[in-house]
Amino acid sequence: MSDRETMEYDVVVVGAGPSGLSFAIRLKQLKPELSVCVIEKASTIGAQILSGAVIEPQPLDALLPGWRDNPPPICVPATEDEFWLLSKTGARKLPVPPGMNNHGNIIVSLGAMCAWMAPQAEALGVDVFPGFAAADTVFNEDGSVAGVRIGDMGVAKDGSHKPSYTQGIDIKAKVTVFAEGARGSLTKQLIKRFALDKDSDPQGYSIGIKELWQLPAGRVTPGKIVHSFGWPADSHTYGGSFLYHLDKDRIALGYVSGLDYTDPNYQPWEAFQQWKNHPTVKSLLEGGTILSAGARAIVTGGYQSLPKVEMPGALLIGDTAGLLNVPKIKGTHQAIKSGMLAAEHLAANALNPAGFDARLRASDVMAELKKVRNIKPAFKKGLWFGMLNAAWETAIGGASPWTLKNKADWSSLHKLGQQEEPKRDYVQRELAPRDRLAGVYFAATEHDEDQPIHLQVSDTNVCVTKCAVEYGNPCTRFCPANVYEMVEDEAGKRLQINAANCVHCKTCDIKDPYQIINWVTPEGGSGPNYQNL
Amino acid sequence: MKILVGYKRVVDYNVRIQVKPDGTGVVTDGVKLSANPFDDIALEEALRLREKGVAEEVVVVGIGPADLTAHLRNGLAMGANRAIHVVTTDAVQPLTAARVFQKLIEKEQPGLVILGKQAIDDDANQTGQMLAALWDRPQATFASKVEIANGKATVTREVDAGLEVIEAELPAVITTDLRLNEPRFIKLPDIMKAKSKPIDTIEFASQGVAANDHLKTTHYAAPAKRSKGVMVKDAAELVAALKQKGLL
Repeated sequence: MSDRETMEYDVVVVGAGPSGLSFAIRLKQLKPELSVCVIEKASTIGAQILSGAVIEPQPLDALLPGWRDNPPPICVPATEDEFWLLSKTGARKLPVPPGMNNHGNIIVSLGAMCAWMAPQAEALGVDVFPGFAAADTVFNEDGSVAGVRIGDMGVAKDGSHKPSYTQGIDIKAKVTVFAEGARGSLTKQLIKRFALDKDSDPQGYSIGIKELWQLPAGRVTPGKIVHSFGWPADSHTYGGSFLYHLDKDRIALGYVSGLDYTDPNYQPWEAFQQWKNHPTVKSLLEGGTILSAGARAIVTGGYQSLPKVEMPGALLIGDTAGLLNVPKIKGTHQAIKSGMLAAEHLAANALNPAGFDARLRASDVMAELKKVRNIKPAFKKGLWFGMLNAAWETAIGGASPWTLKNKADWSSLHKLGQQEEPKRDYVQRELAPRDRLAGVYFAATEHDEDQPIHLQVSDTNVCVTKCAVEYGNPCTRFCPANVYEMVEDEAGKRLQINAANCVHCKTCDIKDPYQIINWVTPEGGSGPNYQNL
Repeated sequence: MKILVGYKRVVDYNVRIQVKPDGTGVVTDGVKLSANPFDDIALEEALRLREKGVAEEVVVVGIGPADLTAHLRNGLAMGANRAIHVVTTDAVQPLTAARVFQKLIEKEQPGLVILGKQAIDDDANQTGQMLAALWDRPQATFASKVEIANGKATVTREVDAGLEVIEAELPAVITTDLRLNEPRFIKLPDIMKAKSKPIDTIEFASQGVAANDHLKTTHYAAPAKRSKGVMVKDAAELVAALKQKGLL
């Protein structure tokens, strides 16, 4: 339609996370005369950001000198690191791997940090628009990216227009910067359209599930950082926990499961809850209350999976490109650095994206990824091989002459009966929440029920026929929010999608073995409303 | 005609309310704040009246701390012509709010004041009624339909028995119920336009209004937790259990 309203900017940024906001801030610092806007699907900035998060503060020093005088609301300096190997009832303390030494780092809530960064961007003249989802990419006649289209509001489930219908506008810009985070829904289409991954391995992901707890007074040690591996994961599933002691008797905890797991019966959410009931963790949490909870996919493919990060008219930065450092379990410093680098590149090259890919690959962002490129892929061969290999790669600084390959996560799932089901030595859980629905309550997720389902399954016949037999509908297990259910009624067995529960983690889009689930943006402002995650 | 609209900022309805550990209030740090839903409905109604040609100007009013400006900008982006920000860092009780409105009415001389029937934070449901009394003008509360003609408002009210239609001479106070309308979505270009719309900032102290002298909040507490239930096998066991608790 030609009568669609249009706004024009020099640069539009999709996503107000650490990379997008850092980019916008840096660009305005360098070129105050440029017009820059950042659009964000969450109803407020930070409401859909979920991370550990222990971050390296050096990039913040470079971006916002003096930030320490006005720190983000949750900002606890790291004091001590611990690294544990768990069995069902026991725990052994191990030396902390060098990559996981957090001396000088800070524990933050990344959501709160983004909410703290956004006004600083606005003070520089950036227009920050929360509550607006980029539903589509808009292209020029020559095929280059022209900007993004904001999703329509007020569309009913059947596609008809409600009285409140408001057509989304187009935001056109000389450059569009995609900062959507892991598995960005527009980035996914662009990678395909421009074959950005033709020279790289498929991207890899994990899912992180996190809770924030308020504990009885005196139980936390602010700044203490505890990581563990081992139980409840079996030796062929990449899984580990984090436990970060904050201030004000609060503690952030979570569990990360590699989405390259093979067992179709694996349940990442259950693994997290099991770990919470380990004696060392349970004793800490008992008597406390959950403040907030959620889940988010994490990008883990690293060096060999990084797609080309430039295309005509657009750039990829942060986790939507895939810059997280897996052994460090940190991506925020990389996100900030890539955002700053992109801003510096565009400022120096009259807003021409060409050359950014080479610039990023020549930067220390990429050097850091190269060093650790062989660590995560080796865990495919089991925990012990992975640990030995990690020690070797760390000792030689990643100088091995080889680079291990990554495979797409959806392809790693074995069919039912293809492997002996790993022995899951699980306990009877006692801590809240009881089940995923009780857990999703703490994500405060909200979607108007009368809108098109934003989890598009292209062929639901597959669910009842092929998938039920081959994999036993793993979507009903890998989703941390219980969005997917197989129900049986008069019409027979069918897939029911409880889209209103969705916490926008993108796991289904990644792990579905037939790749028929497509995550698209719901109405702007929908989704989780995380507090301090 | 000018319409004055109350536009309060509250903890968003999706947020799970948490009481501060020391009982001095509820947690608002890092918590999503948004417009009181009934106030959004009030603003929407005012905008529709303006679009119908009944009113010329819609003014949103907020009472709160300095950072309330961003919230008032949302009201301007929705379509209000201008905003009045009465600045105070103290919590504002209904009578105080009504007194502030009374002062603003003296100055602004509106033909109509539309307020939410209640705010979803304290659920007091008092400001509209108190304002009508202080102003000595008619009130039409819990409105689900509003028609304005010949200096009169014909208002359909949601009451216990069903619907009641009343006529109120203008100027008057109307408070909105849920079914009055569905507020519009804010459009991006309107957010840009709102940046240049005026916000009058008035210090609360300059209004000569007595503040919060009537109610004192001692402490906040979450409702007591329900204890775990007991499963019974059959009716006999249920009766026995009830008897044991002295309930039968």
